[in-house]
Amino acid sequence: MTPIESSLRSSETSMFNVEQIRSDFPILKLKIDDKQLVYFDNAASSQMPKVVMDRMLRYQTMEHANINRAVHYLSETATAEYEKSRHKLKNFINANEDREIIFTSGTTDAINLVAHSYGRKFISSGDEIILTVLEHHSNIVPWQMLAKENGVKIRVVPINDAGELLIDEYKKLFNKNTKLVGVTHVSNAIGTINPIKKMIKFAHAHGVPVLVDGAQAAPHMKIDVQELNCDFYTFSGHKLCGPTGIGILYGKANQLNRMKPFKGGGDMITSVTFEKTIYNTIPHKFEAGTPPIAAAIGFGAAIDYLSSIDLSTIEAYEQSLINYATEQINNIPGIRIIGSAAEKVAVLSFSVDGVHPHDIGTLLNQEGIAVRTGHHCAQPVMQHFKVPATTRASFSFYNSMAEIDTLITGIQKVQKVFL
Amino acid sequence: MITKSLYQEVILDHNRNPRNYGSLDNANRSAEGHNPLCGDHLSIKINLSENLIIDSITFQGESCAICKASASMMTANVKGKTQADAETMIKEFRDMAVGQLEPDDDHHLGRLTVFVGVRDLPTRVKCAILPWHTLHAALNSITTTSTEADDDPMHISIGNAS
Ligand SMILES: Cc1ncc(COP(=O)(O)O)c(C=O)c1O
Repeated sequence: MTPIESSLRSSETSMFNVEQIRSDFPILKLKIDDKQLVYFDNAASSQMPKVVMDRMLRYQTMEHANINRAVHYLSETATAEYEKSRHKLKNFINANEDREIIFTSGTTDAINLVAHSYGRKFISSGDEIILTVLEHHSNIVPWQMLAKENGVKIRVVPINDAGELLIDEYKKLFNKNTKLVGVTHVSNAIGTINPIKKMIKFAHAHGVPVLVDGAQAAPHMKIDVQELNCDFYTFSGHKLCGPTGIGILYGKANQLNRMKPFKGGGDMITSVTFEKTIYNTIPHKFEAGTPPIAAAIGFGAAIDYLSSIDLSTIEAYEQSLINYATEQINNIPGIRIIGSAAEKVAVLSFSVDGVHPHDIGTLLNQEGIAVRTGHHCAQPVMQHFKVPATTRASFSFYNSMAEIDTLITGIQKVQKVFL
Repeated sequence: MITKSLYQEVILDHNRNPRNYGSLDNANRSAEGHNPLCGDHLSIKINLSENLIIDSITFQGESCAICKASASMMTANVKGKTQADAETMIKEFRDMAVGQLEPDDDHHLGRLTVFVGVRDLPTRVKCAILPWHTLHAALNSITTTSTEADDDPMHISIGNAS
């Protein structure tokens, strides 16, 4: 039951020292009932390196106060550090200006912001929005809510059996009523990387703005929003080695300026009387109330950490992981890989003949292996492949080839139990 | 370790060769059960006699091994029992699955105690319970039920299977 010899495995050491990287992440040493943890649920949430934890601890120990409010030392320090994080994120995705980065509680929050502040102002009865089959529920439901409220029509780009968007079909969906395209950069369920640059260009030729859900892309590749020319781009901190409760919405300044506020409250105003309230400028217009300051600063530290490794190195190493895993799993009879796009990130969604994903998940857990089983909040994708659920192993740069061997052996054990 | 004891040979055997699997002609009670969180579904058909005895019972559906084995063993155990006895077992099974009944306590579950391990796996509790849930619905002439329904009399609010 050992994995076969493979030329793909040797690439491990040539790129970077994964053991050294692993030592940055305390949780990777954890044992689950005597079994070494093998964490392959990175698409749901990634783990956090110690430098990020330390940064948040330092903030709470020596820098904490509310931001944007008082003249005292701590408030000024906290405000400066919070804004430094915004600046790091601006550089990370090559935005034009800091004020184009809005801190949100995550991707879901950011998409709801756009659906409200852009959608409810500029999209009304008879208008159409284009989404794709590959969307996470968080880029479907906010638009359905808008559709129901305002009589907006949602049109959906289909996929082929490899799990790739049908771009010709996409183009056919445009008409004079099209008001917005919402597309995920990378599918969380099956890993497909969508050709968003081409899609954005086509949409813009029709005068249609584009929102990109980057939750699954930002952890795996270099993002340049100016090169992509997207109108909105969003991702979550907790999938990028940062904490939960924080994410960003990037928006072009001219779009953000013409949108209406999302939540009302402190910080998003410049003056309030009962007769008239004047809203603050961006980004503050969209950051009502006290934000998760420690999380925002931790997010900035995570960005520093990832940048120190370099996203192109991460991308190349993760590709070697998925190539090796795909080769190994293809050697096991009775396995079907769901999603075989030519361009995909290190996500392996699969089914095992005769074994329900939940049983696979529970039995792999017994080996210390954490995978996700279920519909991955992407039921339209499951419907396309006519499966109720899949098992998904999603890899990160801190995973090793040896861990993939453990997974392969684990899957063979599962098959033996159900023989 | 508890998951080791969950996939015991009895459970694997009932999964491989489910008892009372299929449809039932002239059933006078039936229900469909769904777990929307994982897509599992099963249907139960019963022939309940005039003196409220479960004369025959079958199930059909698509689900994980835990759910299928639970359904198979359940049908084998409630066949020939009165509706009232079946309701007692439904309650006992549910209590066991959520940790409110120990295998050593007084109960009528017999070998069904092999499912006790699910109480330590919150995401799997509903897999084991779905058949019982659906049986309860069928006996009470509720034709569809879901592990997530608001008005669900057996609603268990721990964990979810998504
Ligand atoms: C593609 C995609 N979009 C959106 C989300 C939602 O992210 P969050 O839960 O952090 O708001 C996820 C997370 O699972 C995702 O994978």
